[in-house]
Amino acid sequence: MSEDFKDNKVIHAQSSETISGGTGGSAPDLDYVRPAEVSDQDLYHGHSFITKWVFCQDAKVIGIQYFCLATFTGIIGLILSWLMRLQLGFPGAAGFMTAEHYYQFVTMHGMIMVVYFLTALFLGGFGNYLIPLMVGARDMVFPYLNMVSFWSFFVAVLVLLASFFVPGGPTGSGWTLYPPQAILEGTPGSGMGIILMCVSLILFVAGFTMGGLNYLITVLQARTRGMTLMRMPLTVWGIFTATVLAMLAFPALLVGSLMMMLDKLLGTSFFMPTILKAGEVLEYGGGSPILFQHLFWFFGHPEVYIVALPAFGIISDLISVHSRKNIFGYRMMVWAIVGIGALSFFVWAHHMYVSGMNPWFGFFFATTTLIIAVPTAMKVYNWILTLWRGNIRMNTVMLWCLGFIVTFVNGGITGIFLGNVSVDVPLSDTYFVIAHFHMVMGIAPLMVIMGAVYHWFPLVTGKFLSEKLGKWHFWTTFLGAYSIYFPMHYLGFIGVPRRYFEMYDSPYMTSAVGMNEFISLAAFLVGAAQFILIFNIIKSLKTGKAAGKNPWQANSLEWLTPTVPPEHGNWGDRLPVVHRWAYDYSVPGAKEDFITQTTAPSEVADTKVEKT
Amino acid sequence: MHAGIIFFLVILGSVLFHIFTPWYWTDIASNWGSMDDTITLTFWIGGGVFVAVCLFMTYCVFKFSYKEGRKAEYKPEDKKLERILTWATTIGVAALLAPGLIVWNQYVNVPKNAIDVDVMAWQWGWQYRLPGEDGKLGATKVVNINDNNPFGIILEDPYGKDDIMIQSDVINLKNNRPVKILLRSVDVLHNWYVPQFRAKMDAVPGVITYYWFEPNKVGEYEVLCAEYCGVGHYAMRGGVIVQSEQDYEIWLQEQQTFSELIAKQKKIELNETKLAKK
Repeated sequence: MSEDFKDNKVIHAQSSETISGGTGGSAPDLDYVRPAEVSDQDLYHGHSFITKWVFCQDAKVIGIQYFCLATFTGIIGLILSWLMRLQLGFPGAAGFMTAEHYYQFVTMHGMIMVVYFLTALFLGGFGNYLIPLMVGARDMVFPYLNMVSFWSFFVAVLVLLASFFVPGGPTGSGWTLYPPQAILEGTPGSGMGIILMCVSLILFVAGFTMGGLNYLITVLQARTRGMTLMRMPLTVWGIFTATVLAMLAFPALLVGSLMMMLDKLLGTSFFMPTILKAGEVLEYGGGSPILFQHLFWFFGHPEVYIVALPAFGIISDLISVHSRKNIFGYRMMVWAIVGIGALSFFVWAHHMYVSGMNPWFGFFFATTTLIIAVPTAMKVYNWILTLWRGNIRMNTVMLWCLGFIVTFVNGGITGIFLGNVSVDVPLSDTYFVIAHFHMVMGIAPLMVIMGAVYHWFPLVTGKFLSEKLGKWHFWTTFLGAYSIYFPMHYLGFIGVPRRYFEMYDSPYMTSAVGMNEFISLAAFLVGAAQFILIFNIIKSLKTGKAAGKNPWQANSLEWLTPTVPPEHGNWGDRLPVVHRWAYDYSVPGAKEDFITQTTAPSEVADTKVEKT
Repeated sequence: MHAGIIFFLVILGSVLFHIFTPWYWTDIASNWGSMDDTITLTFWIGGGVFVAVCLFMTYCVFKFSYKEGRKAEYKPEDKKLERILTWATTIGVAALLAPGLIVWNQYVNVPKNAIDVDVMAWQWGWQYRLPGEDGKLGATKVVNINDNNPFGIILEDPYGKDDIMIQSDVINLKNNRPVKILLRSVDVLHNWYVPQFRAKMDAVPGVITYYWFEPNKVGEYEVLCAEYCGVGHYAMRGGVIVQSEQDYEIWLQEQQTFSELIAKQKKIELNETKLAKK
C-alpha cells in the first residue's frame, strides 16, 4: 500500500506543477481517472412495502433498521441503568429490587450497551448507511446477505429479551459471563438465562459476520473510479478496520459461548475444575476458568476498538467539515487506525492482571497496552490541531465533537492508570474501572453517535434537526455524564468494589453515600435528556427546516447524490468519479471553502492543492 | 463563546475537584506505598496532558470560531510537528511504564521471609490456614473437604499435620512481617481484598494463586470480595487484625492445629461409640 501512495505522490507533484505553472494545456490528462474494471451492480428493487421496508436489501434501509433496533435495545439498557442507580443511590427505594435483580440488570445493561447497542449501531447502523455512499458504490456487494444479517440481529435481540421471561430470569453473571459462577446456582439466571444469552450471542456473531463480510468486500472491491484507499474518508477507514477486528475477535466469543453451553448442557468441563458446592463435589473436573477469560477478552479488548475506531473515523470527519479545515495529518490518522487495530490483539490480558493468570504476563501486556497509547494520543493531537486555525462552526455537531474530545481524553488517561499493571492492582475491580470505561467507551462513543446523528440527519431525511433542542440535549448530556463519571473515579480510590448490591456498612465507604446519591440523580437526568433527541427527531421530521443538497458544504460523496435523501442505487444513472481526498477545505485559490471529491482538477485549476 | 467558557469551567472544575476532594484513598497500611506513588506520578503526567489538550481545545474555540469570510488554514501535514509529538508522547509513556513495571516486579517476587497464609474462599465466606512449626502448608485437594477436614488437607502429607486452622472469616497478621497470601476457591472466582493494603488477586478454583504484602500498621481491617461471585458477593466480607509480635504469638498459641482437630474428633467419635454401646 505504501508503494501505491508513493506513486500517487509523484503524480500529484507533477500535477501541482502544471497547475501553478498555469500552462493548463494538459487539462484532459489531469482529469484522467482509470476506467471501471467491472460493470455496474445489478440491484433488486423492492416494490411492495415488505420488500422495501421490512425484508429490504437496500443498505441504507438496513442501516436505519439496525439503527432503530439498536436504539431500542439501548433504551432498555438505559432503563436498566436507572434501576441500578436507583438501588445504589437510594438503597431499598425500589421495593422489588433484590440482589438477584440487581445483578441481572447489571449484566443485561453491560451486554446490551456494548454489543447490542454500540457495536450494532456503529457497524450495522452507520456502516450500512455510509459505506456504499462514501465509497461511491450503489449498494453493499451482497445485498441479500446484508438483509439476512439484520434479521439475524433481530432474532438475537428477541432471544436476548426472551431471557427476561424464562424461569430464573436473565443471567446475572456480570457482562463478562465468567464461569464457573455463570452456570452454577448462586448466580441468578444460571439455568435458561445463561443459555439464552449464549444463543443470542452466537446469533449475533453469525449475523454480524454476514454484515461484516459485506463491509469489507464493499470497501475493497466496490469503490468507485478514482476512490483510492488513501482518498477514503476516515469514517470508512474506521468502520473498515473495526470490521476486520470484529471478524477476528468475534469467533473467540462464539467458541467461548459454545463451550460454556456444552459445559452447562452436556456436562463437559472446558471451564470447570473440581467444584465443591453445598458439601457436594460436582461432576466436573480439570477445566480452567481462566481459559474462558482469555477467550472472552481476546474478543473483549478488540471489541473496545470495534466501538472506538468507527467513532474515531466519524469524529475526524465531523471535526474537519465543521472546522472548514482538512483533517490534520490524514496519513498519520489512517496508520494510527490500522496500528491501533493491529495492536488491539496483543493487549487483551490487561483485563486480567489480577485474574490469577501467570503474573509474568503482566510485563508483556503492560508494555503493549502503553504502546497503544502512542497512536491513540496522535489521533487526539490531530483532532485538536484540526481545530487550530480552522473556521469553527459552533453548531450542535461541533459541540458533540468537543464533548467527545474532553471525555475521550479523560477516559484515555485513566486507561493509562489501569493498563499500567501495578497501578491497576489497587484500582481493578473498583469503581475507578467503571468510571474509566464508561467515560472512554460509553460516553465518548455516545458523543460521536449523537454528533453523527445531528450531522447526517439532513442526509437521511432531508430535514435539519432543531439546533435549539440539540444544544439542550448536548449540554445536559455532557455536563450530566461528566458529573456522573468524573467523581466516580474517586470512589475507586476509596476502594469501593464494583458489582456491590449495597455497600455502606464499611466505615470508610460511608463517606461515599452523598456522592452516590448525587451520581444517581445525575444519571436520571442524563437518561431523561436522551428523550430530547427522540422528540427532536419526531418534531424535525414533521416541521424541520428543509436541508437541501449538501447543507454542510461537505466534500465526501454521500452528500453528492443526485437526490436527497439518496434513493436505492444511490447514484442515478452514472457513478461518481473521484478526483481527490475528502478534505480539500479552505484551499488557497478556491472560490468556495470546499472542493468536493468529484470536482475535477481542471475545474479548480487555480487552486494550490497539496494532496490529491 | 458560551460553549468555550463552559468547557473551560469543566476543566477548571476537574482540577479543583481533584485538589479538594474529600474522597481519596484510604490510609495505607502496607508496604505498597510505591503503588500510590506510581498513581500520583500518573496523575501528574496524565492529568497534565488532559489539561493541556482540553485547554488547547478551548483556546481554539475562543480564537477560531466561525467568522463569515475568514478562511481556515490549509495545511494537510506537518512532518516535523508530528514527529515531535510522537516522540514526546513515547517518552511520557515510557516514563509511566518504567515505574509501573518495577513495582510489578516487586509484586510478583515474594520475599523469602514471608509467612504463607492459605486463604480458602467459597460462596460466601472465608477461612484461613497457617503453617505450623515446619513453616510449610500441607497439600490439599477439594474432594477431601468434609466436616472433619475443613481444608481438604491430604492426610498422608506430613506438612499438613501441624497446620494451624482458623475457621473464622477474621485472621490475625503480624505487623511488619511479609505475608504470602495463597488463594484458593472451592467453587467460583473470588478475590481477597483489603483496600488499605492496596494489593489483590483473584482466587480461582482449580489453581492456587498468590500475592504478598507487608502490613505495617496495627489495627483492624475489613476484607472485601473484589471478584463477582454470585448474589452474595457484596456481603462476602471478612476481617484482618494486624497485631504486634507479642499479641500475635499469644493469639497463635490459642489456635488449633490439624492434628489437634483430628484427635478431638477421634475422642468425640470414641465417646459416641461408648455411648452407643451403653
